Amino acid sequence: MEPVTQTSLKPAKSGGLFSERYRLFLYALPFLVLVFLFSYLPLYGWIYSLYNYRPGFKLSDTPFVGLQWFRAIFSNPTQAAEVGRVMRNTLAMSSLGILTSVLPVAFAIFLSEIKAMRFKKMVQILTTLPNFISWVLVYAIAFALFNVDNGLINKIMIGLGLQERGINYLASDNHTWLSMILWNTWKGLGWGAIMYIAAITSIDQELYDAAKVDGAGRFRTIWNITVPGIMPTYFVLLMLQIANFINNGMEQYFVFQNPINKDHIEVLDLYVYNAGMLGTNFSFATAVSMLKSLISIGLLLFANKLSKLIRGESII
Amino acid sequence: MRTRRSFGDISFTTLNYAFFALFTFLCVFPFYYLFINTISSNDLSARGLITWYPREIHFENYMQILKLKGLSQAAFVSVARTVIGTAATVLCSAFLGFLFTKKKMWARSFWYRFLVITMYFNAGIIPWYVVMMKLHMTNNFLAYILPMIVSPFYIILVKTFVESIPEVLQESAEMDGAGTMTIFWKIILPLIKPIAATIAIFAAVTQWNSFIDTVFLMTDQTYYTLQFVLYKYLNESNSLAAIIRSGGGTANIDLSKMQTATSVRTTVSMIVVIPIMLVYPFFQRYFVKGIMIGAVKG
Repeated sequence: MEPVTQTSLKPAKSGGLFSERYRLFLYALPFLVLVFLFSYLPLYGWIYSLYNYRPGFKLSDTPFVGLQWFRAIFSNPTQAAEVGRVMRNTLAMSSLGILTSVLPVAFAIFLSEIKAMRFKKMVQILTTLPNFISWVLVYAIAFALFNVDNGLINKIMIGLGLQERGINYLASDNHTWLSMILWNTWKGLGWGAIMYIAAITSIDQELYDAAKVDGAGRFRTIWNITVPGIMPTYFVLLMLQIANFINNGMEQYFVFQNPINKDHIEVLDLYVYNAGMLGTNFSFATAVSMLKSLISIGLLLFANKLSKLIRGESII
Repeated sequence: MRTRRSFGDISFTTLNYAFFALFTFLCVFPFYYLFINTISSNDLSARGLITWYPREIHFENYMQILKLKGLSQAAFVSVARTVIGTAATVLCSAFLGFLFTKKKMWARSFWYRFLVITMYFNAGIIPWYVVMMKLHMTNNFLAYILPMIVSPFYIILVKTFVESIPEVLQESAEMDGAGTMTIFWKIILPLIKPIAATIAIFAAVTQWNSFIDTVFLMTDQTYYTLQFVLYKYLNESNSLAAIIRSGGGTANIDLSKMQTATSVRTTVSMIVVIPIMLVYPFFQRYFVKGIMIGAVKG
């Protein structure tokens, strides 16, 4: 509570403290309504998972089926198999994501070993550029480089005699996970390293000088000073990644998907879209979507707990 | 001992430079490759013969592509959503961030949590779509703006920033009889310019790059964005080239300037990426600043 004396010192305003409290709230109200509409109201959509809903009908005209769709996820053979396949892709992409999370760390460490400032700046600026283009554009680039008719890679491979004719790299299900993670790395590596580069610059320079006096070589200094110096940053980001373990997003997979690679590219979000928006199984997709939301809240709380246990700090 | 170490040093340094040079090349070359294909002879580029440098340079493609009816409309939608959306997001973040520093606000900490929690959960895309449909946000330009106005992360950034400004400034203005609104416009807004610039950049890039919302919500061509049109072109550029060709009249028989699937694809890609490239060098430091503030967390 605000001390009353403070307000009484100010020039008298009509209504005084009481109306000031509500006036400030009223200013914020329109925006809070937006938050309610676009972030809270969608929770109401969860009831569609309890019906056998088909778009175009009224919800009240469609049969109430209770938890049928949730049971179907586990017991209906076709649906269980599909969800299993989608979960496998989701977990594979997330695991690869966690494995490659050390790449930005390595990128930052080795870049900070470069002493030519202009080169360093140049590298930093140009490697962060891909982070700011959309996945559609990444796909446009992939298409220009890898398409079967006139793609650069095909032309080079044929020119070198490594291939006899064009290979349709994009419409193939070979190494789908690998190519997805590579595009991800191409787009995000430079940007991901920025935070670590900043963490390295904030390490006390005297530590390095002292190590040099003691005769420590380059790799010893990296291992004993730089790595411990950026560990806290890495840890926080790793926890966030664990919290997002089943949220791979769908944009990347949406633009790269085609009938041939669908088996390996369909992650949860994409599957929900394909099943609910394109297919006919609106209610089933809602049920999957809903379970996913619940699991990711669980994962967030888990990562937060883990962080508290290990480092004594929460991440949310 | 000395020589061994310096030999190791030299090879490490060389490898290090080589790696970064290579990766930087990989990041930049695709953009260059797209660009040289848009300005080279369309016949050569369609046959995949433009690899390292442009040949038979011309700029016809950029002129002809704008004749595509859907494209200029899409460019208009993209620009409109970026300009309006960014302005709305920045103003809202600044205003709400400022309001939430006001301890007098009724139930402030409750509403603040009400807002921040939304960063950590979402109902899922299908329930979200259902609600957007019920709110008449399908085939509606407002769907690009309204859901993006309130962004908890930006609001936290502003709030943290405003809290670091000495309160005396606001208090003395209040003494002079300035109301909340006056203080916001006259005192707070000028002071938070650096953070507002950072937010503006991020919001603008997000708006410009947005794609999935069009996929979900828009079936009417009027609301297609450049990103969405590019995606469609990637999947159907053969037929598009034919449309441009027939529209251009039969007199145009110059093969090197005739639109091909490749020229349509690459030119539209360049149109989508050029705005990013133009603002990027100027705002690079804001991007970096943004991620740093984000790291400190509100």
